[in-house]
Amino acid sequence: MDAEIMLRVDGTEHRLTVDTRTSLLDALRERLAITSPKKGCDHGQCGACTVLLDGRRAVSCLALAVAHQNADIVTADGLAVDGLHPLQQAFIEHDAFQCGYCTPGQIVSAVGMLQEAAEGWPSVVTRDPSADTVTLDDAEIRERMSGNLCRCAAYVNMVPAIAEVAP
Amino acid sequence: MRPFRYERATDVSGAIAMVAAEPNGVFLAGGTNLVDHMRLGIAHPDLLVDVRRLTSDQIVELPDGGVRIGAAVTNSDLAVNRTIRHRYPMLTEAILSGASGQLRNFATTGGNLLQRTRCPYFQDLTTPCNKREPGSGCSALGGFNRDHAVLGVSEHCVATHPSDMAVALAALDAVVHTEGPDGERTIPLRELHRLPGDTPERDTVLAHGELITAIDIPALGFATNSHYRKVRDRASYAFALVSIAAALQVDDGTVRDVRVALGGVAHKPWRATKVEEALRGTPATEDNFRAAAVVELADARPLPGNAFKIPLARNVITRVLMDLAEEDR
Repeated sequence: MDAEIMLRVDGTEHRLTVDTRTSLLDALRERLAITSPKKGCDHGQCGACTVLLDGRRAVSCLALAVAHQNADIVTADGLAVDGLHPLQQAFIEHDAFQCGYCTPGQIVSAVGMLQEAAEGWPSVVTRDPSADTVTLDDAEIRERMSGNLCRCAAYVNMVPAIAEVAP
Repeated sequence: MRPFRYERATDVSGAIAMVAAEPNGVFLAGGTNLVDHMRLGIAHPDLLVDVRRLTSDQIVELPDGGVRIGAAVTNSDLAVNRTIRHRYPMLTEAILSGASGQLRNFATTGGNLLQRTRCPYFQDLTTPCNKREPGSGCSALGGFNRDHAVLGVSEHCVATHPSDMAVALAALDAVVHTEGPDGERTIPLRELHRLPGDTPERDTVLAHGELITAIDIPALGFATNSHYRKVRDRASYAFALVSIAAALQVDDGTVRDVRVALGGVAHKPWRATKVEEALRGTPATEDNFRAAAVVELADARPLPGNAFKIPLARNVITRVLMDLAEEDR
């Protein structure tokens, strides 16, 4: 079964015909040649395929492209507008990766995570979940980023990279 | 993945009619469990009817002091809602202790209730599993069963229900609103999920084409003093070995009222009614909390790999009630 859809990716509109089985991740990578979202597990467990989907971080492997008609998607590519995004720069300065495969997903996830924290969303390690504001200490960053795995275990440098950009 | 048709309906009744008319049709909401199951070959529907934007995505306060949660409210939106955080902190904590930020942003309230077990044999097509293929046998009984159930088990299935959110909702006496080919009905959340018995392929009492449209949580004043605690093999992003949702009201050192439900121990969210009955009207002491926990776990039937869950559950019940008693002073 084919379906015609429109996706807005990093500010550019794309019209394409997809099989209903096509994930958003495969539509981006295989059909539109937008390869910054990576395919790690393809089961929603590793976070390498994380994009901002209509403003929120999401794993694109578990989203069917056909179910996200007219979606607004931001990938790691699209974060660099006038030069690198502050998080991209911080990852470089803190050497927050080794092989780099999970890095686009880590950075997009961190962008979404910082927005969630700015809106006052608690996490399970937040001492007072009813508080209006949250302070992103290392424990908060680790908890909120736990949906992004790094097989090289570069976490120890990612945490300070994200902390540097966090307000 | 097998080919399938994808349809959108203009309203809930239209979506129900579409699924009801297709024996191998299913509803699609956030898709975070269903799409994975289709890729693994566990689910192979011929028709997906997208209901993500059909049911309500709003949380509204009810006149009696409770709240109504639309089935399409995402797990994130429910967890961070200020009314929920204030009135039912155990629910916020439960949701935030499950999955990851990326998944919670798209998983829905209705879909969370209908997610299926993470038993590794259920997810592995090469092994027998009565839930996936009735009559084929249960691989967990003689295999890896560290994660499996100890309460309400049957010889056919020892899978656990994976939801954290549902454990808190069971403790809170939530009520599920559904609409189906035969009309609307309400189901107490504690009766939505089934024990496995000899039909473990059926997770819930829902009929084909029956759609969850909303969940009500009744008013429960003392739920402001509540917690969800989850014990797992990793600090984050793992399913529960044992979890507990509990609310406690203590007056002058006596338990006036209490709600307790357990996760990770049964085929459904396990409301610990024996703990509640044993504790009402008794002094809020560690000894009494522990004695009540012992009663609840007395009927447990452990397997070689999961016997640790019995003392673990007793300890977690006791500890969380102790914490709540301390915070209620």
